[in-house]
Amino acid sequence: MRALSAGSCFAEASQPRRDRSRRGLARSDPLDASEPGGRRRLYSARSKTSIDILGTRTAGREPVEGIALSQLLQVLINGLAVGCIYGLIALGFVLVYKATEMVNFAQGDLMMLGAFFGVTLIGDFGLPWLLGLLLAVLSLAVFGYLLDAFVLRRVLGEPQFAIVMLTIGLGFVFRAVAGLVWGYDPQSFPTPYTGKTLRMGEVVVSYENLTILLGTFFLCLVLFLFFRHTRLGIGMQATSQNQLAAYYVGIPVKRVFSLVWAISAGVAAVAGILLAPVSLVQPGMGFIGIKAFAAAVIGGFGSIPGALLGGWIIGISEQVAGVYLPAGFQEMTAYGILIIALVLRPEGLFAQVQRKKV
Amino acid sequence: MTEAQAQREAASDVLLELKNVETYYGPIMAIRGVSLTVPAGRIVAVLGANGAGKTTILRTISGVMDPQKGQIFFAGEEIARRDPDAVMRLGLSHVPEGREVFPFLTVSENLQMGAFSRRDRVTIANDLDRVYDYFPALADRGSQQAGQLSGGEQQMLAIGRALMAHPKMLLLDEPSLGLSPLLVHQIFDIINRINEEQGMTILVVEQNAHVALNHSHYGYVLENGRVVMDDTCEKLASSPDIQEFYLGMKDQMPRGVRRWKKRKTWR
Repeated sequence: MRALSAGSCFAEASQPRRDRSRRGLARSDPLDASEPGGRRRLYSARSKTSIDILGTRTAGREPVEGIALSQLLQVLINGLAVGCIYGLIALGFVLVYKATEMVNFAQGDLMMLGAFFGVTLIGDFGLPWLLGLLLAVLSLAVFGYLLDAFVLRRVLGEPQFAIVMLTIGLGFVFRAVAGLVWGYDPQSFPTPYTGKTLRMGEVVVSYENLTILLGTFFLCLVLFLFFRHTRLGIGMQATSQNQLAAYYVGIPVKRVFSLVWAISAGVAAVAGILLAPVSLVQPGMGFIGIKAFAAAVIGGFGSIPGALLGGWIIGISEQVAGVYLPAGFQEMTAYGILIIALVLRPEGLFAQVQRKKV
Repeated sequence: MTEAQAQREAASDVLLELKNVETYYGPIMAIRGVSLTVPAGRIVAVLGANGAGKTTILRTISGVMDPQKGQIFFAGEEIARRDPDAVMRLGLSHVPEGREVFPFLTVSENLQMGAFSRRDRVTIANDLDRVYDYFPALADRGSQQAGQLSGGEQQMLAIGRALMAHPKMLLLDEPSLGLSPLLVHQIFDIINRINEEQGMTILVVEQNAHVALNHSHYGYVLENGRVVMDDTCEKLASSPDIQEFYLGMKDQMPRGVRRWKKRKTWR
């Protein structure tokens, strides 16, 4: 399971149109591309831009008349799939922030851990995909719970700055530990559906992307039902809206915080396992958390639908930029949109405005 | 104070008792050794001006703040320095100052949250009916977001939410805050009803001495973190100091004793 898979080499081969339909495994973010020796190349001329997990760059930009529309559709679907991943990580940011008012900069690295758990359980132990997914999510959720109960609870009430530094530091620790345990070589993540595609006319959807879309949909449905209709879910909302009042009505606020961390770590694990087949699993893959952070900010940093929408906006525009704009723009898109969004609508797309009556 | 001590012994079923409680905000001492008792089934009022430490007393009781010194007994159990949710589960519901509802939850979800620590659906449903009976205004707005309610309705919601926990005792922090005089009387009438119909013990903290003395049985007067007077509400209401400084009554003589020369007898 170590070493680059044949699939990623296939994507490198870059056959213009055919290859787009196959959409094998592709490279990952240049920021993440660590040398086996551990030295990281930043922005080397050689490294390709952006995550390009869907191989749109290899899809080429040759202007073939007549396929323009289907190409656009294809790009949109790809963008939606990447956007789902960004959205899921952003969801983790938002959940923790809403409940505990901490910004967890280790969210991307939790996703990375989830992907490694998935590789180990499904790839190495040979568990069925769904069972492996559930086990990985569960174990990462337990990890998130313990992380809050034993580490983050101690900095609660400290200045934001301390919390931010702590979570950034935790991210470094996670990356280092993952490198020690699983190595720094990128690993492929085999799934039962790898390489299969669904054809709808000119538009081709790979099963990897389909899983991302469906997985995100079901996860959001489950979360929606949980937050709307269960006592604990409403209690979590209540805690995020008014922590003091939550104490007064007898909600065990500290346990709720830990449970929110568990949920957010579980969501990160889902994101990691959905992302793993189209990217490669390696300790640096959590860096896409930065773009997910931008997605969360665009969405309003406190709104769950906003996080998903922000993810989609960034995912789609990134893919569009990758296909229709000169090389290099794709990498900047997320941050460009972030700046525009902050100028035009600094409170985010779905900001909840609360006015207290006195 | 002998009279007060006698009364304390007479009231054999003391539900809540504070003994020499001292609470600090950082280096600032907010409560300087307060002792008070609340007998079961009564309404006890704590009066005082801004910054007297009224809210701090309630926060210390419900566990949001920890006292540096002193003991707090609720139903015979020492509850000082416990987590607020643990105190609350013993049967002590706190209605915080400024209402503190969950603004983006609906009214019925807010009430449901009041019963967070309870499991029994039947008794919860009974309590919900009773809350809607006390506050019919809330019943019409069950599916509305609590943040959109008027101030008076939010206060009713906060009290209703506390009742949903089926507590042994209510702590009310300034229920009159920011409400019109008419609404204040309505709310205190309901508080009296809750006390009479359910035998609910209530500790109410108020700036509005007039209303508080009219609606409760026993009162403590708090100044600068100390209890300076305590008596039954009738006696307090007739005491010249209270009349002058808390009820704002003037002397009968137009040019009698000048207010600015008069000193409080406890100073």
